[in-house]
Amino acid sequence: MTPTNLVPKLQAKDMQPSLSIEEQTRHTPLIDLQGLSLWYGESQALKDISFFIRERLVTAFIGPSGCGKSTLIRCLNRMNDLIDEVNIEGKITIHGHNIYGDDVDVIELRKRVGMVFQKSNPFPKSIYENIAYGLRLHGVKARSDLDSIIEQSLRGAALWDEVKDRLHESALGLSGGQQQRLCIARAIAIKPEIILMDEPASALDPIATAKIEDLILDLKKEFTIVIVTHNMQQAARISDYTAFFYLGELIEYDPTAKIFTNPAKKQTEDYVTGRFG
Amino acid sequence: MPDPTSKQLTGWAAIRKGRQRRPGEWLVERGIFLVSLSAIVVIFLIFAFVGNKAWPVLIGQTDSSRAFKAIPVEDMAKHTPKELQAYLGVTEKEWNEMDETARRTLMEVKVEEAKENPTDKDAGLDTTTWRHLLWPHQWTGYDKPEYIWQPVSPISKYNIVPLIIGSLKATLVALLFSVPFGLGAAIFVSQLAGPRLKEWLKPGIEMLAGIPSVVLGFFALIVMATLCQKLLGYESRLNAFVAGLALGLAIIPVVFSIAEDALTSVPRSFTQAALALGSSKWQAAWQIVLPAALPGVFAAVVLGFGRAIGETMIVLMASGNASIVSWNLFDSTRTMTATIAAELAETVVDGHHYRILFLIGALLFVVTFVSNLVADVVIHRLKSRLEGKA
Repeated sequence: MTPTNLVPKLQAKDMQPSLSIEEQTRHTPLIDLQGLSLWYGESQALKDISFFIRERLVTAFIGPSGCGKSTLIRCLNRMNDLIDEVNIEGKITIHGHNIYGDDVDVIELRKRVGMVFQKSNPFPKSIYENIAYGLRLHGVKARSDLDSIIEQSLRGAALWDEVKDRLHESALGLSGGQQQRLCIARAIAIKPEIILMDEPASALDPIATAKIEDLILDLKKEFTIVIVTHNMQQAARISDYTAFFYLGELIEYDPTAKIFTNPAKKQTEDYVTGRFG
Repeated sequence: MPDPTSKQLTGWAAIRKGRQRRPGEWLVERGIFLVSLSAIVVIFLIFAFVGNKAWPVLIGQTDSSRAFKAIPVEDMAKHTPKELQAYLGVTEKEWNEMDETARRTLMEVKVEEAKENPTDKDAGLDTTTWRHLLWPHQWTGYDKPEYIWQPVSPISKYNIVPLIIGSLKATLVALLFSVPFGLGAAIFVSQLAGPRLKEWLKPGIEMLAGIPSVVLGFFALIVMATLCQKLLGYESRLNAFVAGLALGLAIIPVVFSIAEDALTSVPRSFTQAALALGSSKWQAAWQIVLPAALPGVFAAVVLGFGRAIGETMIVLMASGNASIVSWNLFDSTRTMTATIAAELAETVVDGHHYRILFLIGALLFVVTFVSNLVADVVIHRLKSRLEGKA
């Protein structure tokens, strides 16, 4: 019995998407997945997944552990390339460009598709240097440019007021929640179009989680956000679209309000109401 | 079916049995403690032995002066037995056991010896003083003060500066050669190579450590020396450069395996963060992982230094063993370790040459001890800086 069983079924009024379903569909598809399958050696982790992700919305991936949602999000910036013996079939296009094409420069791709990880991973450098690192990689060298972009991104990540007096102290001295927001600041500093978040709040306390969620809602004005989460309430609170995965398959993909109040599939309903998972 | 609880004490009394509950484990624990303690004790004893042998030199109790005024045999009666004993270098007991003839013979031998004494102005010098160990001296026949190590000569010259320079030269070449290679290989194996390549490379490089140093020395003496001379065209075939290269081969695996461990232990999450920001694998390794692993890399270099300065066989075989003061890497050179190895067996036990070789040994001991100590402090500081504590 998991505590989620005690949570009453989510009602339409719990949903917080700022947009109605009609408005959501007006956002154009940005990322298009076509027949994506992935194998780790012999075992298949993703099975023929096809759907599209709309721009400047928050899309949540939910599903029980091992369902392939983290694997899928890592396909979007090709972080799976780092793992050996991964085989991928199918296509992912962003703005019509196949990111698994032979001529793709992953470095340029990752510049446009940022990522925030489950466990906050600031570099063992100062707060300032953490953000400056990505900027320097992409050619921002002048001190004044660095200063202004770093302030901008820290404000964007709602961290500026807390750290402005200690920019040159080690980032490892920050609290867990602050570290995660620093990682978000680091990701948005290089102005990607898409930000991938792999359970960004799973290691944080409720207050820090609330801050990150507010931040995500704020960021979607500018960025397309894809988020993996274990927390159903979180998906309901912040996402516009939700994709439910089970055992490597995409079971259902719909506007969040529909997934949580009127899912089309029995499996989805069982999962979002906490009957399994 | 036996009752599984029958052997156990019943109830809460069981918590009061303490260590008697597991006597085997207690014994093993103590045993391991004693073994580690004995290692420290042994090191201390070795140092005490070396230090003890070198002590008379340190406090100036040795005297290598060769000049003495011969006492004619006829004048024996004018001196007290004490004076004669000191003059002949015999103990009181030995003196008492000798009859008059034996004493006279000894006196005659001493007079003969005095005739053969070097007659130059340096004969009366005590060359085992710090002044002569460390500073140059204008010996008879030289036109300027020089640093000279010539322990086996009418006047023993014990200046250790040429040996120190020799050791530093060979060590420097070895580090210049092995640190880039060892560190580069460590970065490649830990950060860039695929798992299959890594499986081959890592044991391959570490296997270098398994080559006996005498084999490496032989290889340097026969193959590398000739090859290097042909390539670079310098004069002396065996020199600090060749010895340093061979020494470098010996310490590459030391630098490699410690640096590789340090780099591998940097959390993968740093690399992932850098890659997700759009860095290349190389940029992530060089700009993020290497700085984070710096304490370990520093330790690797210091251990490499310690190994290089203490290594004997390779330098003994490949350095040419000429104790010259010269910073030219292509001159033959003689290290502190090779000097001890080559000379100790031929010295008079407890003589001044013998003691000075022990002094050199103690010096080596101190150098490695201090370098390890400094490394420890630096590593500690770097670590706390990286962890955001300083």
